[in-house]
Amino acid sequence: MKVFRIIGRSFRDAFKSVFRNFSLSMASILCTTITLLTVAISLVVAYNIQDITNSLEKELTIVVYLEKNATNEDAEFIKSSIEAMDNVEKAVYKSKDEWKNEMSEYDSSYQSLFDSYDENPLLDSFVVYVKDVKSLDTITNNIKALDKIESASYGKDAVNTMLSVFDFIDKVTVVIVISLIFVTAFLITNTIKLTIYSRRNEIEIMRLVGSSNIAIKMPFVIEGFVIGFLGSIIPVIITIYGYIILFEKLNGHVLVELITLISPYNFIFYIALIIMGLGALIGMLGSLLAVRKYLKI
Amino acid sequence: MKFIELKNVNKTYSTGVTALADLSVEIDKGEFVFVIGHTASGKSTFIKMLYREEKPTKGSVIVGGINVAKLRNRKVYKLRRKIGVVFQDFKLLPKLTVYENVAFALECLGTSAKDIRPKVMKAIEIVGLKEKIRSFPHQLSGGEQQRVCIARAIVNEPKLLICDEPTGNLDPETSKDIMKVIDNINKDLKTTVIMATHDKEIVNRMKKRVLLIEHGVLTGDYLKGSYKSHEGV
Repeated sequence: MKVFRIIGRSFRDAFKSVFRNFSLSMASILCTTITLLTVAISLVVAYNIQDITNSLEKELTIVVYLEKNATNEDAEFIKSSIEAMDNVEKAVYKSKDEWKNEMSEYDSSYQSLFDSYDENPLLDSFVVYVKDVKSLDTITNNIKALDKIESASYGKDAVNTMLSVFDFIDKVTVVIVISLIFVTAFLITNTIKLTIYSRRNEIEIMRLVGSSNIAIKMPFVIEGFVIGFLGSIIPVIITIYGYIILFEKLNGHVLVELITLISPYNFIFYIALIIMGLGALIGMLGSLLAVRKYLKI
Repeated sequence: MKFIELKNVNKTYSTGVTALADLSVEIDKGEFVFVIGHTASGKSTFIKMLYREEKPTKGSVIVGGINVAKLRNRKVYKLRRKIGVVFQDFKLLPKLTVYENVAFALECLGTSAKDIRPKVMKAIEIVGLKEKIRSFPHQLSGGEQQRVCIARAIVNEPKLLICDEPTGNLDPETSKDIMKVIDNINKDLKTTVIMATHDKEIVNRMKKRVLLIEHGVLTGDYLKGSYKSHEGV
């Protein structure tokens, strides 16, 4: 029972302190708000980039053309050789006739072009799906080394540029998020430091009458929690409504059909939860730091 | 076993100043002891050691069965709950009323609301401030503020009351009243009282046991009534 009373008292003190030092608390809450909003935007961008990268990566394949004189047995052997390679998901055979039909369906002018030949001028091929896009280059080279291979390619430059751009954006986002988290923790630490300073007499008396260290520290940690939590409310609202509106305005696509946004439901609430948790956690950690540093007990 | 036992206690501060040197003393339960000495004689260090504001560099300090020297920081509260401390500068919270200041001590310990009221009222009655429970510290005289401080110190019914120059800021008449309150607490509640003071007048009049500390050394231990100020400080 005593523990509950002390916890209850800590909550009461924490809220009292937030409102008693209102301007100071407000400054911390606003800083947390701005930080968390940036973190939220960064998270939404990062998740979307990851999602886009993942879906684009699924589209990335190696197209392997077999030499004209390659037999069915050769094709069988090549298929099993490719599928035995590391990081290869599957190799799908596509005969020259399939290509011909597909191209003719796509554009009828191809049909007349094909008609001018005695036989199908195209080559039999494999479309190779990989598990990890980073191994595209190695796999392509390994395939080229096989017998009866006319060519193997995956659009190297375009893919590499795209991957490095995504990688860069990913890293920048992580750096921004981490530095903002540190800034927020620092600001909250400072707020709690000032609260501790303004309550030093109270703390001294608490120590003298025999309050346990935990009972003395708890109100400050809860105060940090409250500041972090209050600071997360506006970012959460902006993120949820902002993303839903943006998604509907853009019809779920950015620039081209290929780049689709993650559907807002569930996803955005998940982000909101992360932001709230992060706010509360940073608040608590910031005040724990202050308590450890400035509360000499 | 004695209630307070100090054995060969030494205290040297990090600055190299030796505050106490080889001090040994025993105090019984229910005793009233004055600790006297000049400024910087070491009496404050002695007093602070009893409630573990300071730790001895060497030797042992046992208070109510607790070895203060070996007490870890996070366990200090266990000792403090057995002790009430009264200061020269009162240390009251200015935004709280008399009642709230006294109740604060119990709230910190997680005492239930229904137990707080009778205990606080009893403590305030003992110090004779019943009429002023709704007043704020700035509305009280120095003597009254000291009474609030005493009420706060005794509200948890401690076994030991430590007073560090409680009359230092008060005029002689008020000091007399405060001493009467402390003496009554010692007699009626059987609380052990240890008081550091400069006030010869009080020491002579009260005729209690006196410990004289000079330059960190216990130079005199006078039993009840045997001390006269002309013998030393």
